[in-house]
Amino acid sequence: MKALPQNSLPVLLTPTRPALEPLPAFTTFVQSRALAIILVGGFILSCGISAALSAGATQPRPSILDVLLKWAPLIGGGFLFNIAVSIASMAIGTLSGVLLGLGQISPSRSIAKISWFLTQFFRNSPWLVLLFFVMFLLPFELKLGSLTLPLPAWFKAIIGLALPVMANVAEIVRGGIKSIPFSQWESAESLAFSRRQILWQIILPQAFKRMIPPWMNLYAILTMATTLISVVGIQDSMTLTKAALVAEGRLDLYLPFYTMLLLMFFAYCYPIARLTQSLERRVAVKF
Amino acid sequence: MMEPIARWFKWLSSTHGLNYSVFFDNYDQTLFLKGLQTTIFLSLACIFLSIMVGLIGAWLQGSRLRAARIGTAMFVQFFRNTPPLVQLAFFYYAVSSLLPTLTDQFGAQAPIINNLGWAIISFSLFAGAFNIEIFRSGIEAVPTAMTEAAESLSYTRFQIYRIVVVPIAFRICLPSLGNNLVNLVKTTTLAYAIGVPELLYASAQIWSEAMNVREMMVLLLITYVALVAVLVGLMQRWERSLRIPGYIA
Repeated sequence: MKALPQNSLPVLLTPTRPALEPLPAFTTFVQSRALAIILVGGFILSCGISAALSAGATQPRPSILDVLLKWAPLIGGGFLFNIAVSIASMAIGTLSGVLLGLGQISPSRSIAKISWFLTQFFRNSPWLVLLFFVMFLLPFELKLGSLTLPLPAWFKAIIGLALPVMANVAEIVRGGIKSIPFSQWESAESLAFSRRQILWQIILPQAFKRMIPPWMNLYAILTMATTLISVVGIQDSMTLTKAALVAEGRLDLYLPFYTMLLLMFFAYCYPIARLTQSLERRVAVKF
Repeated sequence: MMEPIARWFKWLSSTHGLNYSVFFDNYDQTLFLKGLQTTIFLSLACIFLSIMVGLIGAWLQGSRLRAARIGTAMFVQFFRNTPPLVQLAFFYYAVSSLLPTLTDQFGAQAPIINNLGWAIISFSLFAGAFNIEIFRSGIEAVPTAMTEAAESLSYTRFQIYRIVVVPIAFRICLPSLGNNLVNLVKTTTLAYAIGVPELLYASAQIWSEAMNVREMMVLLLITYVALVAVLVGLMQRWERSLRIPGYIA
C-alpha cells in the first residue's frame, strides 16, 4: 500500500498554486546575523586563544594581526585561484554532464547503458583518487600532428575535478527529467511532437527549474573540493597558507591562519547554500 | 588458493608489461592490504561517530534552550560550508599545536592524538554536520499526531524521542543517510594529506617504488567503487529489513 499525501481530500478542489516566496536580496545573506557572528566571532576567538597561549613569549615579535594582514593578500590571491579553478571545472563538467545525462535517457539501449556505467563509476569514486588519476595519466603535452599543445598541471587539475562534476551533473539532469510526470511525454506525443521537440520544448524547460538548486549545491561542493589540488602539488590558498606558516615559523599562528582560510571558504559558500535553500523552496512541488 | 592468481598476474606482468605487483609481490601485497584495512577501520569508526554526532545534534536542535539550537545550527553551517581538507589541516596542525604533548618511552615528544585520531575526529564532525540536517528533516517528517498521542500517554520528551520519533524518523532518512555515508567513505581518502597510511597512501607508496602508476590507479578506483558498492548494498538491505509494511512506501 502506498502512503497517501497528507491532505488527500477526496473532492474535486482545483489545486491552488502556492504563492512564490520572494527571493531575498543578496545583501540580506551577507548581513545575515549567523554569517556575521561566525565570521567575526570565530576569527576573534582563534586570535584570542593564540594570543593568550603565546603570552609568555620572551622576545618581542609582531602581533598576530599584523602577521595575518601581511599574508592575507597572498592567501586571498590563492583563494581567487581556487574560485577560478572551480568555475572552469564547473563549466566543463556541466557541458559534458548534460550530454551524459541525456545519454542516460537515450532510446538507444547501448548509449544508455554506457552513460549509466560512466556516471556510476565517476560518481562513486573519491574525488582525490580521480584527481590523481588525471594528474598522472594525462601526458604533459599533447601532440596533434605537427601541433604540440602543452598540458600544464593546473589544466589537468581542472579536468580532474570536472570528471566527478560531470557524473553528478548527469545525475541531476536525469533526475530532473524523471521528475516531470510521464503524462507530459504522452500528451506531447499525441500532439505529434517529435522526440527531440518533446525534450527541448516541453520537458527540459520544466525540468530546468528543478535542476538549478542541486546544481548550485554541487558548485559549492566543488569549490570546497578545489583545495584538493594542493595535495597534488598545485599552488592554491591551502599551499600558500602552509608556506606562510613555514616562513613565519611560529606555533601560535597556526590557529588564526587556518581559521582565516576556513572563513574565506565559508564566506563564499554559505551565501550560495542559503540561496540554494530559498530557490529549493520556490521550486518545490507541493501536493 | 592464491598461488594460481599470483602466477597469472606474474605472467601478465612479464608478457604484457601490466605490473599488478599487489597480487604477487609479498611486500606490496601486505602494504595494500594494510591500507585497505586502515581505510575500512577509518570508515567504520567515522560512520559510527558521525551517526552519534547526528543523533545528539538533532536532539539538541529540538531542544527548548535557544542557545543549544543556535549553537547546533552554527556548527552545522560551519562544517557544511568549509572544505573538509582545510578542516582536517585545522585540526591536525592548528588544534593539535595547542594541546599538551606526551613523552614517549624514548623521551621524544608525541602528540596526544595521532594523525589517524585527528582524521577520525575531523571526518566524523564533517559527516556528522550533514547527518544532523538529515536526521532533523526525518524528525520533522514524523506526523505530529504521533508525538501528541505519545504526549497524551504521559511519555517524557526523551521517551517520545527514543521510542516514537527516532524509530520512524530513522526509516524516513535512511536513503539520504546512505548517500552521506557513501560520501564519507570517499572523503576518507583526504587522510592521505596528513599521512595516514590508508588505501590511497599505501598505493602511492607502491606506485612510487614499483613504477606502476597506471595499474595501481585502475586497481584503486575499482577497490573504492567496490567498497562503495558493498556499503550501498548493505544500506539497501538494512532499509528493506527495517521497512514497516504499508507505512512508508
